[in-house]
Amino acid sequence: MTTNSSVTAPTPAAAQEKGQRIHIGEWIIENLIRLAGLSTVLIVGLIFLFLVREGGPAFLDIPLRQLFGSRWYPIEGIFGLLPLLVGSLIVTVGAVVIAVPLGLICAIYLGEIAPTWQREILKPLIEMLAGIPSIVLGFLGWVVLAPLIQNAGAATGLTAFTGAIILAYMSLPTIISISEDALYAVPKEYRDGALAIGATQWQTIWRVVLPAARSGIVIAVMLGIGRAIGETMAVMMVTGNAANIPALSSGVIFQPVRTMTATIAAEMGEVAQGSLHYNTLFGIGIVLFVITFAINSLAGRIVGTRGARRTGAKL
Amino acid sequence: MIQSKISIQHLYYTYEDGIEALRDISLEIPANEIFVLFGPARSGKSTLLRLLNRLSDLDEGTARQGTILVDGQDVFDRSVNVSNLRRRISMVFAMPTPLPGSIYDNLTYGLKMAGIRERGELDRRVEQSLKQSALWDEVKDRLGASAFALSGGQKQRLCIARSLALEPDVVVLDNPTSGLDPISTATVEESLFDLKERYTIIMVPHSVQQAARVADQAAFLLDGELVEVGEAGKLFVQPTDQRTEDYITGRFG
Repeated sequence: MTTNSSVTAPTPAAAQEKGQRIHIGEWIIENLIRLAGLSTVLIVGLIFLFLVREGGPAFLDIPLRQLFGSRWYPIEGIFGLLPLLVGSLIVTVGAVVIAVPLGLICAIYLGEIAPTWQREILKPLIEMLAGIPSIVLGFLGWVVLAPLIQNAGAATGLTAFTGAIILAYMSLPTIISISEDALYAVPKEYRDGALAIGATQWQTIWRVVLPAARSGIVIAVMLGIGRAIGETMAVMMVTGNAANIPALSSGVIFQPVRTMTATIAAEMGEVAQGSLHYNTLFGIGIVLFVITFAINSLAGRIVGTRGARRTGAKL
Repeated sequence: MIQSKISIQHLYYTYEDGIEALRDISLEIPANEIFVLFGPARSGKSTLLRLLNRLSDLDEGTARQGTILVDGQDVFDRSVNVSNLRRRISMVFAMPTPLPGSIYDNLTYGLKMAGIRERGELDRRVEQSLKQSALWDEVKDRLGASAFALSGGQKQRLCIARSLALEPDVVVLDNPTSGLDPISTATVEESLFDLKERYTIIMVPHSVQQAARVADQAAFLLDGELVEVGEAGKLFVQPTDQRTEDYITGRFG
C-alpha cells in the first residue's frame, strides 16, 4: 500500500530536484543564445576595427586631393579613387534603373494578375534564378551579352552597360520575391474596398495595393541594390576593368569601367602587404562599407517611419 | 405587382473546392426598403452579396447558373461595364476598409474614377455623404486628416459614406456593425432608416435581433438554400418554416 502511493506521487524532494534541473537547463540555453547573439556583434565590430587599421593609413598618408583625383595608377604611386567610385556608381545605377521597374512589374504580375497555376510555376523558377552562381551569370555576360553589345556598335562589348544588365539580373530575384511577398501581405479587404467603389483592377493596384505594400517594396529594392553594389566576380568579367573616368557623353554607359569591388579583387593578390597600395585597397573596402551601411540605414529609416505611423494609427 | 429592383432567379453557385454555396435561390428585392439576408455562418449570405456587384469575378474556378436582374438587366451580361455596375450597387464590408490617404481622398476617390473632377461637386458629395452616414459633425473640421486616424466606428461610417458618395441605386452592407460598439451600431442603424428613402438597401445583419430591428423584408438562408422569405413583421413573429423558428428563437445557430 505505502509503496504504491510513493510510486504515483513523487516525494517533494524529488519534485524540487526536477524543478532545479529544468531551471539549470533554462539557464544554459538562455546563455547560449545570448552568447550567439553577442558573438555576431563582436565579429562585426572586429571586422570593422580590422578594416580601419588596415585601410586607415591610406586616408592619412595620401593627400586628399590625390585621393579624390581622377588618376588610379598604383604602380606609379598615384591613388585616385574617383574612377572606381564613378565606375561603381554607373554600373549600380544602371542595374537599379533596369532591375527596379522590371522587378516591380514582374512582382505585380505574379501577385495580382497571374492565375494561381502560373504563380505556382513562376515563383519557384524566379527563386531558382537567385541560386545561379554569379560567376555563371558573368560567363553568360562575357560569351553572349558582350558580343551582342559590340555588334550593336560599341567599341568593346565589355562595358558598364554589360555589367549593369548582369547585375540587374542578379538582383531581380531578390526584388521580385520580396516585393511579391509584400503585395501578398496586403489584406484582401483593401482590394475589395477599392473594387467595390468601381475601381478597375489596375486602379486598385496602383492606388491602393502598391501604397499599402510600400515599405516591403522599399526593402526589396534596397536589398537588390545591396546585392548589386557588393557583387565582384561577374562585374569584373564583363565591365572591361579600365580604371578611367568614362567621357561624359550620351554613350557614357557604353564604355569600359572598373568598379571598387573589382579593383580590390584584381589587385589584392599582387600587392605587398603593408604597402600604401595595400592600405588603399582596404580603404576602398571602408568606402564600400560606408556606402552599404548608408543604404541599409536609409532603408531602415524609410520603413521605420512608415511602421511607426502605422502602429500610431492603430491600423 | 410592384416592379422589384433586383430579381434573382434560380441562382446556383459552386466554389472551386466543390462546395455548393448557393442552391436554387430566387428572390425579389423591392426598391426603397431594407432587405435583410440572415442565417448562420456559411449559409451563403456573403456569397450572394458578392454576386450582386460581381465582386465574385475575382474568385477563381467557380461555377454559376441562373440570373440576377437589376432594373431588368442581367448583371452577368457581357455588355455590362463592371465598374459602372459597382458604382450603382455599392458595397460596405464587415471590416472597415479605409484606403491610404485623407478622409476627403477616401470619399472622392471613387468619384474621380467615375470622371467627376469639378471641385464644387466633389465638396457637395463629400458633405452630403458624410451627413447621411452621421459622420459629418465629427470630422467636418479635419477632412484632410488620415482616414487611419479615425476610430473603428468612424472608419465604418466613412466606408458607408464612401459608398453613398457615388450616389448609387443600391447599397449592399455585409455585416456593417460587426466591430462596432452599441452606440455606433445604433447610429449606423438609424442612418439606414433615413437612407432607404433614397436607396434600396440589402444587408446581412450582425444578429437576428438586429435583423428584426431594421428589416422591412427578410430572407432566411441555411446551407445555401433559401428557407423562407417575407415581410419582417410576419417572419420574425410567426415564421412558417420550423427551421426559421428554431433559428430565430435561438435553438441553433
